Amino acid sequence: MERPAVAAEPVAVAAHRDLSGVPLTPPTAGNGLHAVFKKRYLLKLLVKRELSARYQGSFLGLLWSYIGPLCQFFVYWFVIGTILGLHDNVPNFGVHIFCGLVVVHFFTETFGAGTRSIVRNKSIVVKLPMPREMFPVASMLVSLFHVFPQLVILTIACLAYGWTPDFVGMVALLLGLLIAMLLGTAGALLFSAANVFFRDFSSLVSIIQMFIRFSVPMIYPFSFVDDRFGAAASYYLFNPLADCVLLVQRAFWVGSTPHPDEVAKTDLPPDLLIWGLAMTGAGLVLLAIGQLVFSRLEAKIPERL
Amino acid sequence: MTTSIVLEDVTKTFKLRYHRTIKQVSFAKMRGQETSSVFKAVDEVSFKVEQGEAIGLMGLNGSGKSTLLKMISGVMKPDAGQVLTRGRIAGLIATGAGFHPQLTGRENLYLNAAILGMSERETNRKFDEIVEFAGLGHRLDTQVGHYSSGQNARLGFAIAVHVDSDIFLADEALAVGDKPFKRKCLAKMREIRESGRTIFYVSHAAGQVRRMCDRVIVLQDGRLAFDGGVEEGIHFLHYDGDDEEELADEETGDDI
Ligand SMILES: Nc1ncnc2c1ncn2[C@@H]1O[C@H](COP(=O)(O)OP(=O)(O)O)[C@@H](O)[C@H]1O
Ligand SMILES: [Mg+2]
Repeated sequence: MERPAVAAEPVAVAAHRDLSGVPLTPPTAGNGLHAVFKKRYLLKLLVKRELSARYQGSFLGLLWSYIGPLCQFFVYWFVIGTILGLHDNVPNFGVHIFCGLVVVHFFTETFGAGTRSIVRNKSIVVKLPMPREMFPVASMLVSLFHVFPQLVILTIACLAYGWTPDFVGMVALLLGLLIAMLLGTAGALLFSAANVFFRDFSSLVSIIQMFIRFSVPMIYPFSFVDDRFGAAASYYLFNPLADCVLLVQRAFWVGSTPHPDEVAKTDLPPDLLIWGLAMTGAGLVLLAIGQLVFSRLEAKIPERL
Repeated sequence: MTTSIVLEDVTKTFKLRYHRTIKQVSFAKMRGQETSSVFKAVDEVSFKVEQGEAIGLMGLNGSGKSTLLKMISGVMKPDAGQVLTRGRIAGLIATGAGFHPQLTGRENLYLNAAILGMSERETNRKFDEIVEFAGLGHRLDTQVGHYSSGQNARLGFAIAVHVDSDIFLADEALAVGDKPFKRKCLAKMREIRESGRTIFYVSHAAGQVRRMCDRVIVLQDGRLAFDGGVEEGIHFLHYDGDDEEELADEETGDDI
């Protein structure tokens, strides 16, 4: 509902304003995702609050957002790259991993923190009226905030390998991030509401996150999938996160290898951008479903917390 | 006159679950015990409030007053019927405002004000006034989790009264405040009432309701039991025999 903007707020509450022009509406009217972006100031405060609270009480604080992916990177780099020998099969395997990690970490962090967001803000949810979609969306924005330093590192590493940015690559990057954003928000919406009813959902999330790490071409190249599955490989691309990772690899990794054209042929699917667009559509549909389910569950959220 | 609040057959049903885990539920099911039951905390309540009315909402503990206010403020949605309101709503529902225990009083002040619809500029402008009203001093920069319930209510009330609301809800807001603060709050609420805003005031103190309100609504087990004049409402609740206590606390009216 559009609350009327007060033209000149009286210092001492003088004669009250005329409300006859304001419609009678349910106090919960106008909640939903679109309301979240109308209340940008509140969203900004929530993002700030979440930034300061996500690692509250920990000495390293915000650094944990970078230590996590960094450790994962070195484990993969060493175990998969050195011990299993993928450094020999995949050019610039480190960049290959890191491209995947940026997307995967963004998604899993959004999904995980988003799922817990409503329960964690319980004291506010049970007392104050507001669109509760704000909490999962704020979680997504905080995770997005952490993506940018990682992209800077990735850019520097690629430049060192002689990569030059290209237009199609940048489109691929934006598309990849957009899909991850849509999916992460959809998942966070669904699970944050469900988590209020059964806390089991936050445990389920960590299992899903584990599957996600292995279901995308991050620690193995797409050419392996193509080799092993043959014609069935195109089904692999129905996993939207696999497309996200491939899009980001198109943006950075391919151009950083010694022979980009060959790599693009063997390690990227044909029509990658078309897949990207299709998955953006799928992401939008999932987000709409997420919002629908969320609104249904929301009516019962305050009393179940 | 403009209508401020309309409730039509508003019902809120709560489900009481006796067991939490799958193990407990299946054991109870095997023994043939009930695992949950439903009850109506608010049961087909209808009324209409004009802009500028001051309503005293009364009833015993558990009669559904807080639940009703939550539905008016938009925190909860009714399961049946509908609630309609006009304009901005602010107030304090059940003791303690919706503060995040890990944030400082200052951070909570900004967040709370933003949720109640205040802009950054508006908050900045009223900041000193709010802080002074709450009277928390240097406590403002410590975690709200460490506040006493009285301090918590002070800050919550201070923010709520400084929102430019059209409807003000006060649910046992003053129950935990000390006497000087109560006096200040009652004066502020009277000011709000005189400015022509709608007030919903929950109190068990007949004296306060007499001074503050011009209409009383009584809930009994979630049902609307009385809706009418102040004296009749207090008489209906048999609260008018408590005069001795009230003499003891003439100024603020006894609360709880
Ligand atoms: N979230 C909830 N889940 C189940 N029962 C609840 C919940 N909230 C309140 N109740 C019950 O609803 C009834 C009305 O509560 P409330 O509105 O807080 O009463 P009052 O404010 O009049 O004392 C009480 O019996 C209370 O136990
Ligand atoms: Mg109550």
